[in-house]
Amino acid sequence: MRINAIVSPVEGIDETPSVAHPTPVSYRPMMAPAAIELCELTKSLSGRMVLDGVSLTILKGETMAVIGGSGAGKSVTLKHIVGLMKPDRGCVKVDGVDVTNTNHGSLEAARRKIGFCFQGSALLNSLSVFENVALPLREHERIPEPEIRRRVEEKLALVGLAEAGQKLPSEISGGMKKRVGLARAIIRNPEILLYDEPTAGLDPVMGTAINDLILDMQKKLKVTSVLVTHDMSSAFRVSSRIAMLLKGRIVKLGTPAEFKASDDPLVKQFIYGESEGPLTRTPA
Amino acid sequence: MFAAIVKAQRWFENSCAGAGYTLDLFLRAAGQIPLLRRKRRETIQQLALCTLGSLPVVFITALFTGMIVSLQTGQVLRDFGQESSLGYIVTIGMCREMGPVFTCLSLAGLVGSTYAAEIGTMKVSEEVDALEVMSIDPVYYLVMPRLIALSLAAVALTTYANVIGIAGGALVARSNFDVDLEIFLKNGRDALKMKDIYGGLLKSFLFGTTISIVACGQGLRADGGPAGVGRATLRSVVISFMLILVFDYLLTWMIW
Repeated sequence: MRINAIVSPVEGIDETPSVAHPTPVSYRPMMAPAAIELCELTKSLSGRMVLDGVSLTILKGETMAVIGGSGAGKSVTLKHIVGLMKPDRGCVKVDGVDVTNTNHGSLEAARRKIGFCFQGSALLNSLSVFENVALPLREHERIPEPEIRRRVEEKLALVGLAEAGQKLPSEISGGMKKRVGLARAIIRNPEILLYDEPTAGLDPVMGTAINDLILDMQKKLKVTSVLVTHDMSSAFRVSSRIAMLLKGRIVKLGTPAEFKASDDPLVKQFIYGESEGPLTRTPA
Repeated sequence: MFAAIVKAQRWFENSCAGAGYTLDLFLRAAGQIPLLRRKRRETIQQLALCTLGSLPVVFITALFTGMIVSLQTGQVLRDFGQESSLGYIVTIGMCREMGPVFTCLSLAGLVGSTYAAEIGTMKVSEEVDALEVMSIDPVYYLVMPRLIALSLAAVALTTYANVIGIAGGALVARSNFDVDLEIFLKNGRDALKMKDIYGGLLKSFLFGTTISIVACGQGLRADGGPAGVGRATLRSVVISFMLILVFDYLLTWMIW
């Protein structure tokens, strides 16, 4: 059964939002268990409220796209999920474990289930492509070198880079770096994959190739995926549900079809990239 | 006036936070030393980089330090007919003070700035975040090998600097003040106690530790893109220079 068929956003949205955080996003998982739960997540950076009571449940096996303009809090949300940031208030649960209020061991166990693809790939520049992908195995798993080699080559082949193992990150293109980052993220077979702006800075052809790769991972590895993006074609192509962030709050949650059919001027302006509208209107 | 007080207060708070962070980083890095065996390859690489890479600069610095000490003190001693004491002064001066301090000031500029820039660049390009997400502690992966490498390199290079500095001093003593090389070295040997050698090397070990922790700490706290890396590098050198001189006074007071 397809995820976007399981949960109707109308059924899922809490009809009685709290007074303090009126964002209508408290999502009730209907059938599949939750892979990630964000509960009233609040975070300020340099005196600016970046996340303002974000609540969202991402179900196991689904692909959730979090969209929004620059500074909307998308990447900050991802960083909270992997425990790179601690919220001022609220919690993040990964497979039921609260990663915001846990000891080091539990956080490591939660991170073990997650693969993270960074916006800039974040490959270690001093290591070759092969060594970058092998790094998590070498640091965490006591397996012989031939097995490491086999697994790394398998993942590099999966992302279409079987021949690039000996190259340094400085010798490959941006799109190849993204794919190496993905190979590194999946090397320990995570249950959840997080993508931070996977198509940012890529040409349309390479962007489509990355989108296909995300779909491929979904199909082959059966992972739960969360991608933050402002690339609507990417969000529509790969996601089963979309959450739209604006000023630290989720203002709309729904399937790609519902987003396309939405009459909400906020949504329409964002997805069609219009310069005039409520997103760009300065308050009087 | 009020703005100046607020600014001073903020500076003081930031300084205290920075000192606390650096001390915590040192304790965490020291706590990772039992895992050194797993990082021996990186540690040896770092040791080779900072030792071999610094040899020419340390050679020049030590040679001219020994020569300057010899020239300056020789001119004063000549007035009292005590030029033969030059061996005593240059040897003690190099082993106790000049060797460790000048070597480590060079290392702060050469290696400390490299560490801060390297780790700072990794920080702003999210490589440090990537390590954390992969459950690889950046302190274990980046800081501990550099801490061990620079602490040991400082001791090795100080020993080398002492020899070069004494040789430079002897050269000037011979050419400018007609002090026989044998007398210069005999006086130096007679004056030098094991405490002088070990005290100087202990100083350089602690200076090396200080430089690496300050540099790695500044790198790990870098933010704001390339400009942030530049600021972290500058702060790393300035703080290391100041701490070397302050610790030098305290250690001299404690050891001798």
